[in-house]
Amino acid sequence: MSERVNLEKKSSTPATGNGLPAAKADAALPALGPKEMLRWAWTQLTSMRTALFLLLLLAVAAVPGSLFPQRPANPSIVTQYIKDNPDYGKLLDTLQLYDVYSSAWFSAIYLLLFISLIGCVVPRAIAHYKAMRSQPPRTPKRLSRLPEYGTLVIPARAGIPASDAIHGAAGLLKKRGYRVEVRDDDGARPSLGAERGFLKEVGNLVFHTSLIGVLVSVAIGGLFGYSGQRILVEGDTFVNTLVGYDQFTPGTNFQSSQLQPYSIQLDKFDITFDRESEGKFGQPIDFSAAVTTKENPDAPARQETLKVNDPVTLGGTSIYLTGNGYAPVVTIRDGAGNVAMQGPVVAKLQGDNYYSSVVIKVPDAAPDQLGFAGFFLPTAFVTDEGVSFSGDPELFNPQLTLNSYYGDLGLDDGAPQNVFELDVKDLTPLNARNLDAGGITLSPGTSYTLPDGKGTISFDGVKRYIGVDIHHNPGQLYALIFALLAVAGLILSLYVNRRRVWVRTGTHEDGRTMVEYGLLARGEDHRLAGEAEALRKLLTEEWQLDPDQGPPRTSQETPGSPGDNSTGAAATTGPATTPAGPTGPEKDQ
Amino acid sequence: MPYGINETMGQYSELFMLLAAGTYTVAFIAFAWDLAKSSKALRAIDLKAAQASQPGSAQDSARVPVAAGVGDHAASAEASRSDSAGARLGGPAGRAERPTSSTTKAAGPGAGGVITADADMRYAAERRAPARVAVALTILGVLIHAAGVVTRALGAGRVPWGNMYEFLTTGAFVAVAVFLLVLVRRDLRFLGTFVVGLAIIMLVAASVAYWTPVGHLVPALQSYWLIIHVSIAVLSSALFTLTFAMSALQLVQSHRQKTVAAGGADKLGFMRLVPSALSLENLSYRINAIAFIGWTFTLMFGAIWAEKAWGRFWGWDTKEVWTFVIWVVYAGYLHARATRGWTGTRAAWLSIVGYLCVVFNFTIVNQFFNGLHSYSGL
Ligand code: HEM
Repeated sequence: MSERVNLEKKSSTPATGNGLPAAKADAALPALGPKEMLRWAWTQLTSMRTALFLLLLLAVAAVPGSLFPQRPANPSIVTQYIKDNPDYGKLLDTLQLYDVYSSAWFSAIYLLLFISLIGCVVPRAIAHYKAMRSQPPRTPKRLSRLPEYGTLVIPARAGIPASDAIHGAAGLLKKRGYRVEVRDDDGARPSLGAERGFLKEVGNLVFHTSLIGVLVSVAIGGLFGYSGQRILVEGDTFVNTLVGYDQFTPGTNFQSSQLQPYSIQLDKFDITFDRESEGKFGQPIDFSAAVTTKENPDAPARQETLKVNDPVTLGGTSIYLTGNGYAPVVTIRDGAGNVAMQGPVVAKLQGDNYYSSVVIKVPDAAPDQLGFAGFFLPTAFVTDEGVSFSGDPELFNPQLTLNSYYGDLGLDDGAPQNVFELDVKDLTPLNARNLDAGGITLSPGTSYTLPDGKGTISFDGVKRYIGVDIHHNPGQLYALIFALLAVAGLILSLYVNRRRVWVRTGTHEDGRTMVEYGLLARGEDHRLAGEAEALRKLLTEEWQLDPDQGPPRTSQETPGSPGDNSTGAAATTGPATTPAGPTGPEKDQ
Repeated sequence: MPYGINETMGQYSELFMLLAAGTYTVAFIAFAWDLAKSSKALRAIDLKAAQASQPGSAQDSARVPVAAGVGDHAASAEASRSDSAGARLGGPAGRAERPTSSTTKAAGPGAGGVITADADMRYAAERRAPARVAVALTILGVLIHAAGVVTRALGAGRVPWGNMYEFLTTGAFVAVAVFLLVLVRRDLRFLGTFVVGLAIIMLVAASVAYWTPVGHLVPALQSYWLIIHVSIAVLSSALFTLTFAMSALQLVQSHRQKTVAAGGADKLGFMRLVPSALSLENLSYRINAIAFIGWTFTLMFGAIWAEKAWGRFWGWDTKEVWTFVIWVVYAGYLHARATRGWTGTRAAWLSIVGYLCVVFNFTIVNQFFNGLHSYSGL
């Protein structure tokens, strides 16, 4: 469309008026003032060719995001990647290749594309609005030049004069959904113009506009949304406040007052393992978390089930089950005999069959702080070489193997620490395989006394834990609505056909009424010939004509029925004198 | 889990898959034979036409394959050749490739002996015995293949698209089935070697490289969105497969048409079985439009599912990136068809690039890129 606007503009300004916009316009550039420059740039930006170029550029620009690790997905992998590739890792970072989708260049492309889109849609919408309110275009002089053309003859005895015939045809076309204007109905050559399929263009406009809607919705989600993570051991309760999260990512415009203080308690977590198929024996096939939720502290409690693919929605957020594992329950007494720590310890998954690592930090132990690091195995096996592994994900032979340390854990200076890592630099080992005391190996119900009277550790049992992601995205509903609108518009735009029909009648000297009609499609329309045939049939019935009368209609498409083929070729090559050029479907280009 | 695993069904399924692959192989040979034979027959007609250059010859050739176009050509071989060159080279650049089906007929005779099928791709009253055998065999193959897919589904107690093995076997089935369905409407038998060949490759790859016994789905895939999202993705991919082949042929055909029109020798005789570049372009546009809508749904349903499973509807996961790239490339293709200077050959290239992205997304991304979608069962 804008291309067409282009053309009009060009023909009116001979300075740039030429079929080769880029090259010639460049040459003419110095002559342009700043205003013309802007206008020129705008026409360029909103041209179909630019839109196409930007679209393809967008596709290319999206690719690196799948080749390099991305920060938003996993920042630690990016850090590691830069470390592993010292020669070019940093360079990629300056090129924003770890943040492709928020990078300056990616944003520039899609913003330009959307500006172009607006610049394209707005004039197009105005033009279409006008077209919808104006009458169908005037009747062409030579209907026979149209891609579909045919004639009918109403015999004199039927008593249908030219003006009646045109009104009859108008009625038919109206019923078929055309907007019709009859011209000259009391003249010698009455005619009508008809048009239908305005929804095609409407669909196109709705589609493109909805894309803007999707983009804006996504932006709103980024501004006002938030997300966070939390690990819940069986029995734990999460309350939706900032301190309740293990990790929290606010949107740009997030306010903590947005958080509704609902609570969710993990009552029980069940896993079903595959015990049937050989190749996947022991793989989890079902996760199910029984939770108790409260919309706010005073609301009644509700029992719900949280599963993968089946989030719980609460207080405007959705809560997703994203991970799970085991949490051995331990009790640790310090050298003074007091309980310094008691409760479940979240074990981090490391390998097959829930082979997990365990870190226990006991800052409250006296006189020395204690630290433990080791592994938890739900079904412990030891190979002949002394390597232990987990033989099954279920708790058939749970085992905790630990090394122990004492000293200053470094927690008191307030520097944040990873709870899953124990920094042993400043600690003194107490138990380890290479020490005289050896390592600690515990099964449920057993306990161990640390050397040098540092205390005891007992392994009381095992609980399960789950990891949940909590998301709030206020833009997402709108994104969905706009996406659905876009699809609806797309389907309309691709499957509604915009067609024009003209009919002209006249009375022959011998009293017969001659009818000729022509059809023209705007845009792609492979069913135009079918429409011509249908119209012909309707008209024939309307005037009760002999269906086989008259000269054959001409169509520049191939005949529809296979039987026509051998003869059809001859029939259609006959009038192939019809110039092919200007009669093709009109295109907005 | 409502159903248990039925290993016997799984074994039946594998047997059916092998049988289907075998049947397809024979069908492939028949399709190839058809191409070879028809191009030979066509060359013979050419010779005859060159000798008998009086109008009467049109009558003769009406009985032999691809009568209409060739007959016309024979009748006015010399005249139309120079005509066509004139018409096409004299007109605006790229004139013959404008996406307007209604110019086909006018261009048809003009383009002379290089075109053998018309825009409808309905051939004249010719009989191509090998092609019929090939289609019959393909139907037999697809029935066996269907049995394989169904038994796989029964064996696993769920829809059979949960890992690479199942994507490949079911995907190949859909590709062939869609091809056969389109055959009802249009004579696309010239695509037979390609589609059936691809199905064979997919089945062999599935059995050799990606074999996986029947098993349960990992929890991440247990959702009705798997049924909706993946089935539409596979269907659209099957359609993209057809248009890919057509676009590739379109490039070859248009090159050939140009060469012949410029007076060059026609070295690609078998391409006479293939419709004109313009017809190919128009039909592949229509199929691409359907497939693009399908892909739009794939993208949307994928996003909805991602929201359900992972809590965000879009996260630029590798699989999401490539689905997006494919969508944008085909949107570009649709745009190209409405942009001056970008129809014809360039649009065909975009269609080809789009399909290469589909293949890349399915093979390389599934296997070598780590992301949330890494459950291809490897
Ligand atoms: C966000 C980027 C865009 C996407 C994804 C997109 C996608 C599409 C698609 C899929 C179609 C074909 C379906 C239909 O006709 O409705 C289409 C058509 C069209 N687009 Fe876009 N488009 C984008 C941007 C633009 C821009 C910037 C322009 C204007 C310069 C534009 C102008 C058009 C026009 C005029 C058509 C109709 C073509 C015809 O007559 O067949 N589009 N677009």
